[in-house]
Amino acid sequence: MAIGCSILGAGGGGDTAIGLLASLQAVEAFGPVPVVDLDDLPDEALVMPCGGIGAPMIWIEKIDRGDEIVRIIPVVERIRGRPVVALMSAEIGGSNGLSPVVWAARAGLPVVDADGMGRAFPEVPQVTMEVAGISANPAVMTDERGNVVIFEGVDGAWMERMERAMAVEFGGQGYSSEYQMTVEEAKGATARGTVTLAIRIGEAVLGAVHDPVDALVEVLDARTLIAGKVVDVERRITGGFVRGSATIEGLDADAGRELRLEIQNENLVGIDDGAVLAMVPDIITVVDTQTAQAIHTERLRYGQRVTIIAFPCDPIWRTPAGLALAGPRAFGYDLDYVRVEDIDGR
Amino acid sequence: MGASGLDLRLGIDVGGTNTDAVVLDRTDRLLARAKVPTTPDVSTGVAGAIAAAAEQLGAGRTRITHAMLGTTHATNAILERRSLRRVGVLRLGAPATFAVRPLFGWPEDLRAVVSAGEEIVGGGFEFDGREIVPLDREAISRFAGSLAGRADAVAISSVFAAVSAEHEVAAGEIVRKELGDVHVSLSHEIGSLGLLERENATVLNAALTGVAGDVAGALAGSLDACGLDPVTFFAQNDGTLMDLEYALRFPVLTIGSGPANSIRGAAYLTGSTDAIVVDVGGTSSDVGVLTHGFPRESNAGVEIGGISTNFRMPDLVTIAIGGGTVVEGGGTAVRVGPRSVGYRLPDEALVFGGATATLTDAAVAAGRLELGDRALLSGREDVLAEALGSAERMIADAVDRVKTSREARPLIAVGGGSVLVPDGLPGVREVHRPDHFDVANAIGAAIASVSGEVDRIVNLGRGGREEAIEEVVDEARARAVAAGASADEVEVVEREEVPLAYLTDPAVRVRVKAAGPLEIGRASQS
Repeated sequence: MAIGCSILGAGGGGDTAIGLLASLQAVEAFGPVPVVDLDDLPDEALVMPCGGIGAPMIWIEKIDRGDEIVRIIPVVERIRGRPVVALMSAEIGGSNGLSPVVWAARAGLPVVDADGMGRAFPEVPQVTMEVAGISANPAVMTDERGNVVIFEGVDGAWMERMERAMAVEFGGQGYSSEYQMTVEEAKGATARGTVTLAIRIGEAVLGAVHDPVDALVEVLDARTLIAGKVVDVERRITGGFVRGSATIEGLDADAGRELRLEIQNENLVGIDDGAVLAMVPDIITVVDTQTAQAIHTERLRYGQRVTIIAFPCDPIWRTPAGLALAGPRAFGYDLDYVRVEDIDGR
Repeated sequence: MGASGLDLRLGIDVGGTNTDAVVLDRTDRLLARAKVPTTPDVSTGVAGAIAAAAEQLGAGRTRITHAMLGTTHATNAILERRSLRRVGVLRLGAPATFAVRPLFGWPEDLRAVVSAGEEIVGGGFEFDGREIVPLDREAISRFAGSLAGRADAVAISSVFAAVSAEHEVAAGEIVRKELGDVHVSLSHEIGSLGLLERENATVLNAALTGVAGDVAGALAGSLDACGLDPVTFFAQNDGTLMDLEYALRFPVLTIGSGPANSIRGAAYLTGSTDAIVVDVGGTSSDVGVLTHGFPRESNAGVEIGGISTNFRMPDLVTIAIGGGTVVEGGGTAVRVGPRSVGYRLPDEALVFGGATATLTDAAVAAGRLELGDRALLSGREDVLAEALGSAERMIADAVDRVKTSREARPLIAVGGGSVLVPDGLPGVREVHRPDHFDVANAIGAAIASVSGEVDRIVNLGRGGREEAIEEVVDEARARAVAAGASADEVEVVEREEVPLAYLTDPAVRVRVKAAGPLEIGRASQS
């Protein structure tokens, strides 16, 4: 699952190494966590999205306590007046994909086979629930000490600002739940099947008999944009976010081609000689050509042998409301969205 | 020995196949060189190399004032779970960090050998220097008390120790008060950012303090047996030296010194400060990069015996190509490595009348090397040529992988098997083959300078940026001087700033390394 979360992270979402250790420890201590489909839960009960918010570099030092979200479950239940029957990752891509496993193990709750992105995005309101019209209110946020803050925001952008500021005060990292919804609402407002997809991705990569990248492409029905080596990486940080680009020069079958990858925390657009081959919100991931493990944007370096794959995002992102929130123009690219499967290869 | 100045230096480097020793004078002229097989206990090989080098010097040996050792003792002790001390593992991070407890994920047998108990208590810092919670002194006393009679050492790691070491230092004092004179390793003195990796490194360090004492004793004994009484230094993973006292406190830093020594030796032998260095040994080749006179370091942490650490190791690509690498098969199915005959090369290679085709035979067949009896290779030329081509392609690929840009770079070929490196390689401007290439690692140990390093998150919100970074630079210099560098000649050799993403407050991770030559006047031994 950790391998799958990294692949679904589209280059962002933070490293899964600590999340994997925390999940293993939690399962060892509290037993395995069931993954349930929304169809198998009572319609009126609450699904509680959750995740960490802050700088991944903080997390490598100040590791979670492990029960942060567990302690705010009663707060959510009290405010909403309904029982929480399952936790859900707000963001399957990267470290936030695994965190709910840690909390669910301790809470004795299942994790639903869905999430709020189907990938990774940088901001709180960039979730499928926002597209579906679910309210982010009330957001409940906590830290490892047990402080609890309840936010009522006028819109998603304000929620992002308030939570980000609170995270700094908490020490650069906080834990929050927004967009709590009934199981019935969640059925049409989430990216479904993404937890089992992450697990299938990991199984395919680890179980590959010949080429792990081939196995990955097959399980995702992905397109290979290029296989080659990284020949240039340019990165800068503005407004707290990483922006930049990477250039990949084709090798072997792709010799003579060059792909430029536009990056804003995640890999957003892949361009070959002026032609866009894939764009956000579809998922573009850089993987190691030998191992098929995802390479995060901050780890890209000259000389790495990589394969760039692209695959379709959750259908919710392809609606007008979804594209308004997370389409190419939302990230400043003057491009009309074309689905990755509809773009002519090379 | 009295406080005499620097005269001759003895450099010793333990490799996988051979242990090398060299003696250099004050002008870095090579006066003696020796190569003996590495022994399973390491120390016997070291003693042999020292004796052979001393033999060459004759009576002049008494002029040796400094000895520098790059050794694999510590790595071997971890891999073999031998001579390790029992360590009490204390983390200052509650109420945070419980999600991954100390030593979680360690191989069970190693944990059983090393750990005398683990505890997480209240303490640690935020990235901006605030306390997470006040230090829980009572809990530390209780834990220390529980270790009495069971632990030989204690490893203490605090969250954001790189931002403030205050809690670690205070906890160390409490532990000493409870347990008396046990060894205490503090994480801020050992690793960089990344709590789990730094904690692992700190625990390994504490566990290795016994081994360090043994090595120091064995080295002193070997030197004494040859009538030598120099000041001793140990090579560390970044290609710089630490003095004996420092090495006894930080033995874990000796891990990975071999490749760093080769790269520094290659720099010295060619006068280069920027180049690709290929060190071809008996079993494998390390391809690294020399940047501003030092080995380029890896961004990712390294695993030692199955444990993640965040040491700054030389950034290397290692391939199974060496002088002893076995060539198998024939026709279109020639296979090269990964098996090697290692130090048995003089018995097993074809040119020496043995029965195993090796890359050394391939080099002889290609006329790159005159060794043994070339006639013994007749009829095998095609297979050997194919094998050499295949080895060259692997080297070319490794060279390309370590490069950071498309620009053509010079390359320095060192190590006993460096004839395997061809003259023309893609992306390489020229290939240097210095004299004494086969003992570059021992030379690297002998000429190394002394360094200090600081890695921390600096909050730019309060004071000015310049001021904050200057503070880190000063501390790195002070560390270098404390480790034995000449205060007048210490300079900053590496400086890196990485802004933190996803935070609204301006904060930046700053890493500074300072290094300088040995302080000559301080050549007095305690």
